[in-house]
Order: sequence, then C-alpha cells, then structure tokens
Amino acid sequence: MSGNGRTRRLVLYALMVALALIFSYVETLLPLPFFVPGMKLGLANIVTVIALYKMKARDAAVISAARILLASLLFGNMFSLAYSLAGGALSFFVMALVKKIGRNGVVGVSVAGGVCHNIAQIGVAAALLETAELVYYLPTLIVSGTVTGCAVGLLCAIIIKKLSGFRLG
Amino acid sequence: MNNNHITNKKTHKTRNDLILLAALLAIAATVFAAVGLAKVDGASVAVIVDGKTVASYPLGADREVSLEYNGHNTLSIKGGTAHVTDADCPDKLCVKQRGISKEGETIVCLPHKTVIMVKGGERPEVDSAL
Repeated sequence: MSGNGRTRRLVLYALMVALALIFSYVETLLPLPFFVPGMKLGLANIVTVIALYKMKARDAAVISAARILLASLLFGNMFSLAYSLAGGALSFFVMALVKKIGRNGVVGVSVAGGVCHNIAQIGVAAALLETAELVYYLPTLIVSGTVTGCAVGLLCAIIIKKLSGFRLG
Repeated sequence: MNNNHITNKKTHKTRNDLILLAALLAIAATVFAAVGLAKVDGASVAVIVDGKTVASYPLGADREVSLEYNGHNTLSIKGGTAHVTDADCPDKLCVKQRGISKEGETIVCLPHKTVIMVKGGERPEVDSAL
C-alpha cells in the first residue's frame, strides 16, 4: 500500500463522516407524507452499514458517533442530539451484534438497526416527556424501520459487492 | 475456494433475513391489531407539559386554542379530531402528525416538551382548564 497508513485512514474516515453528513442533510430536505415521532429514513445508516462491513467495528462506531454529533449541531438542536444518540447507539450495537452472530445478511443487519433506532428514539421520547402512551407508535415504528432498513440494506449489499476489491480502514 | 459452500451460506443468510422481516412485520401487525381493537373514540384532549396535565378541552366542540408552553402551538379541534395546525418550533413535526381522535392517541412536540393526548370517559359539558 502506498502512502502513510495513518494519514490514509484519517482522510478515509473524514470522507465517510462527510458523506454521512450529506445524507443526514438530504434527509432533512425530504418531506415525509406523514410523521410519527422517532420515524426516520435512515439514509445516513448507509454509511454506518458499509463501515461496519468494510472496517473494524470500533472505527465504524467512531464514524457513526461523529456524524450524529455534527448532524445535531448543524441541522438539529440539543433535543435531537439526545434522540439521535440513543437511536444511533442502540442501532449500532444491535447491528454489530447481528453481524457478529453471522446468521443474517446485510439486509437483516440493516433492518435490525432501523427498527432498533426507532424503538430507542420513542423510548427516549417517552422517558423525557414522561408519557408512556407513546408506545402506541411502536407498531408504526417497527414497520417503518423494517421498510427503510430493507431499502438501505439492499442498497448497501450492492455497494459492498462493488467495493469487494477495495480495502477500507 | 469452495464456491458451493459460499453460495449455501448466502442462501441461508437471505432466508434468515426474510424470517427476520416476517417476524418483525408479524409483531407489528399483532401489536397494531391489539391496540386498534382496544381503541375507542375519546372524549377530550389533554395538554401535557413535562408530564403534567395543564389543560383539557372536549373533542365535542370545534375550536382553536393557542398553547403557550415553552413556545407556541395552535391546537385545532374540528369534528371530533384534534390537530396541531401551527407551531413556532424549528422542525414543525407536530404540525405534520396526523389528527387524533381515539383514546390514547398523541401528538408530540418535542422542542416544546408538549404532548397532546386524547382522553376517554364522558364528554364533559363545560370546558375545564386545570
């Protein structure tokens, strides 16, 4: 490999975070037909899933955390930071776990992440607002997490296949 | 390299993914059905700020109310359904949420820490502001 490994990695991570940030931004521009608290398209998860498959889990976690912090500072507020962090942390942990168990493909990993992201967000909302009735949103959130996770997973499967010759991180 | 082995493993993973998908949708459908069957028309909407009920309005009478808790939200009740029609929060996600009419349904405004929830029971004759 040519060049300094550390520098190469630093640039690569920065590019991944930048790409994820753009996805986060694009997502704020897309109007949803209706909104349920905790619901999200999860475009930025494309980067997390690919990082999970092409890099070490620890590095993927750093990229995901950096993206969440920056996205909340740029496009959100302190509230959205709490929700995003909870969603991102649970979703990342579960995706890494499902991948490590190794019984599911990219789509399964991504779906598990999408659903857990939504569940964590509504959980935090219910706790912060002290309103347990928010669990009524759970079925909608499971379905939306499954659908978006499926789309992200299918896309990631294609990208990972195309990247099979490349080594990231 | 044993290609046959890889293909087998891949098929297994795809099958497991499909099982996961089906299981999640089944869980969602079950919870949805259980919640849906239990749903009844509500009598009033309560405005809950920081976990405390601060006001309550009957669903029976059409009206528009300005809520000033941690910010501004316009609550509109029309034909037994409550909507948030306007808000000064940055994301305005409360305005995008569907109207609510059944017991337990909520509209949430996270930035204003405000929840609007349909309550059951008898439809009150007079308005009450707690």
